[in-house]
Amino acid sequence: MFVNKAPIKSYLSVGKSQLQSLIDGLHKLGYQTIGPRIVDGAIVYGELNAISDLPVGYVDWQDGGKYRLEPSDEAGHFDYVVGPDSLKKFLFPARETLLQSIRVDGTWNMATPDPAPHPLAVFGVRSCDLHALAIQDKVFLGGPYVDPGYQSRRNALFVVAVNCRRAAATCFCHSMKTGPAVEGGFDLALTELADRFVVQVGSTRGAEVMTNIEWTACTLQDIDDARSISKTLRDQMRTRAHNAETQRESELPRERHLDTTDIHDLLLDNLEHPRWSQVANRCLACANCTIVCPTCFCSSVSEVSDLSGDNVRRERAWDSCFTAEHSYMNTGTVRKTTASRYRQWLTHKLATWTDQFGTSGCVGCGRCITWCPVGIDLTEEVAAIRGDES
Amino acid sequence: MTMLLDQPKNCQPWTAHSARIVDIRPEVPGVATYDLVLDDPQVASAYRFRPGQFNMLYLPGFGESAISISSDPARHDVLSHTVRVAGNVTQALAKQKVGDRIAVRGPFGSDWPVNACRGHDIVLACGGIGLAPLRPAIYHILNHREDYGRVIVLYGARTPGDLLYTAEFSAWREKKLEVEVSVDVGTPDWKGHIGVVPVLFYRLRLQPERTSVMSCGPEIMMRFVVFEALARKVRPENIYVSLERNMSCGMGFCGHCQMGPYFVCKDGPVFNFRQVEPYFHLEDL
Repeated sequence: MFVNKAPIKSYLSVGKSQLQSLIDGLHKLGYQTIGPRIVDGAIVYGELNAISDLPVGYVDWQDGGKYRLEPSDEAGHFDYVVGPDSLKKFLFPARETLLQSIRVDGTWNMATPDPAPHPLAVFGVRSCDLHALAIQDKVFLGGPYVDPGYQSRRNALFVVAVNCRRAAATCFCHSMKTGPAVEGGFDLALTELADRFVVQVGSTRGAEVMTNIEWTACTLQDIDDARSISKTLRDQMRTRAHNAETQRESELPRERHLDTTDIHDLLLDNLEHPRWSQVANRCLACANCTIVCPTCFCSSVSEVSDLSGDNVRRERAWDSCFTAEHSYMNTGTVRKTTASRYRQWLTHKLATWTDQFGTSGCVGCGRCITWCPVGIDLTEEVAAIRGDES
Repeated sequence: MTMLLDQPKNCQPWTAHSARIVDIRPEVPGVATYDLVLDDPQVASAYRFRPGQFNMLYLPGFGESAISISSDPARHDVLSHTVRVAGNVTQALAKQKVGDRIAVRGPFGSDWPVNACRGHDIVLACGGIGLAPLRPAIYHILNHREDYGRVIVLYGARTPGDLLYTAEFSAWREKKLEVEVSVDVGTPDWKGHIGVVPVLFYRLRLQPERTSVMSCGPEIMMRFVVFEALARKVRPENIYVSLERNMSCGMGFCGHCQMGPYFVCKDGPVFNFRQVEPYFHLEDL
């Protein structure tokens, strides 16, 4: 068995059909396997039991308020980028019970549900989402308090990452320094070549899983080929800032980039900039951006009680800083206007997040742009505040 | 460090602890003080709080409310909370009787710098229910009176009938606390000051270089307290304010109580003025 054990950080060459044995191998180890699936015309995370369930041969086209899937002859197994889902919903579920209380003879017995999550293996995680995962780890695990539910689900997570071979127009991981190449935080990372996958082993668990799969050691050429895919994409994305002029004249979606120079002070020095009111004229305060954001963590807790009132659950559900209730106190709502809520969201994401967690809250995945019904684009808003209308 | 902060990282921060209401004292219209005793003797004996911290009081079926602790931090037998009826949870609390049970999570948040201010003159400027979070600091000062210089309580409420803890004022004065009280609207028998709290600064002769100010009340009041203190050359780093936001989880997870870079629940509620200076004047932040 151990003959076949690959060291951490090694690169292995695996035939494309072997992806199925990877799924099967994870099943044998007790993992439920999740991967990209097409549901209602978009790629979301769903149960993945067969490699044929993957959206092989599809690419996505994304722009402000737009998302389209199309078949493409050149597309491989993972040539779409990110859809509305992220790892967030698996680790920080949209609804979860925090506390159960039962009243017996006037006394409350309270218990936190014992978190014994099913081990989960997620396929197709991109570099931006791995960075988002690290950011949510800081929120839920990195402070003086640890969220026990998040912690137990996090420990039971197995990540099969994928190196992107193309970027959507809404992607700007190159600006946020979160991609496109995956650099860590995964158990296995796949790079698709013409006839096989190059698999990078990222953890002991990843190495264990690979013992069940047929692989050969990569040649230096294979490793170079895999790396050059990420490098080519990154170089391509980096030219975006210089191509703004040609971009403006073309019919194609604007390829995003974000100038992050001194962005913390830029935003906090402009808390009274007129742009906040201008964007509020378009913003519907619908909360879509916060729901699709892989790092947004706001939640609220509600009471779920039976008719007797003796059996009560406290349920945590995703919330958003775009609602009036979010900042509500008995003296009224603190953030009364859409302008103040958009300002809260953007300044938190790109500036005060750094004060709180030592990292930006944005990973450049572009979901908030794509899934905004009116196509509000944070890269455009920051550029406007910077006074750079290009 | 507080009890919860000292616990290992595998503790259950969402667990609320059952507590019995052992006394209810109506204070002023709509406000009562609830004395609580934690049911689990282990939890009760380990529980410690510092002046200015708050608990999440939980009424199953109604929800939680962030309420500052208003008892003496040196007393370990009972926890007092002075609560104004304001929303669902506090309304349900107002219907409880002595002997009923609620639940407690906490303590949470930062505290008044009673140790850092030793040797200083202290001005405690508060409005309305804002005296409740400062009362543990007052108790601490009374217990360690020799550690402090002049101690002045500037307290204001809407009417004389809205003044909290008036029965204790004489005991405070006996220990050389200067208690100056003002109301917005007087009654025929009111012989004290009329006007807002910041105005009470006008007659103080402070030694600003050795004075610290702690303030809790409506934000507009605190803004003017800070203004008056700075105008009298009190150092900005010696001014502290306790802020209120929608504190819901107490741990910085839920995001509701953010103000600029801060989670008011864990970075506050007590802030040094220097921390909040850039944001204090902004509307809707």
